[in-house]
Amino acid sequence: MGIADITFYAFAVTLLGAGFLVTIARNPVHSVLWLILSFISAAGMFVLLGAEFIAMLLIIVYVGAVAVLFLFVVMMLDIDFAALRGEMARYFPIASIVGIVLLMQMALLFGSWQEAEAARELRQAPTPDLAEMHNTKALGMIIYDQYFLLFQVAGLILLVAMIGAIVLTLRHRKDVKRQDVVAQMHRDPAKAMELKDVKPGQGLG
Amino acid sequence: MVGLEHYLTVAAALFVIGIFGIFLNRKNIIIILMSIELMLLSVNINLVAFSSFLNDLVGQVFTMFVLTVAAAEAAIGLAILVCFFRNRGTIDVEDVNVMKG
Repeated sequence: MGIADITFYAFAVTLLGAGFLVTIARNPVHSVLWLILSFISAAGMFVLLGAEFIAMLLIIVYVGAVAVLFLFVVMMLDIDFAALRGEMARYFPIASIVGIVLLMQMALLFGSWQEAEAARELRQAPTPDLAEMHNTKALGMIIYDQYFLLFQVAGLILLVAMIGAIVLTLRHRKDVKRQDVVAQMHRDPAKAMELKDVKPGQGLG
Repeated sequence: MVGLEHYLTVAAALFVIGIFGIFLNRKNIIIILMSIELMLLSVNINLVAFSSFLNDLVGQVFTMFVLTVAAAEAAIGLAILVCFFRNRGTIDVEDVNVMKG
């Protein structure tokens, strides 16, 4: 067993263990941290598969953005998690049954599928040789060429998600004093203040 | 030698863990969203494994789109969750019956 195989098994065990702990952790903050660990081990597996760009994307997008978003929500909302946890024992049998049945269904497929003979010829974008072009550049050549429209649609999805998230969470609180920029800009010095010439010893009277 | 089957097995196991998490945490929508992220991750592992073993880059391109949709889904889901928590003071999914659906 070479070093690559040992690394694969280490990443696989970490991924599955962390994934399982996400679902059963008592504290949701711990769940998010286990989620981060599982993303990082998945990124390690992607590096083993030669998909370096996707691996880095996973670290940046998932760990850097999505997991931190989860962490923010878990920490900022004052949720009584103990009440939500109480039902977990009740759902454990049905969850186990569903999981085992699904796992057995997938095990039935294991080894029974085979690669079609024409699969190699049907490839849309054969990976270029590593000496010729590295992974990131090869992906860029495809995305900005063949899949440019899909790439733009992906950007549109993110834009819609961003606007949607802002619209959903924006609220104007009545009890908070806010800066009104337009009113500030239109203030007239002549109306806003008055100059008085105060005589010595007399005051304003 | 680690082959395609190993990666597919890991992905299948992770997918099942995701479904297990959804059924186990029926009330806690945050964990449900995390389980969905795990399932999307397992799909990504499948795509990248096939892409690597078939030497076809399209699988990795699709992985990026799955990643995009997953990020958008997490953002919208958490925004809805925050909105719901503000209105109801809980995130219990079984209380989500305002629309009587």
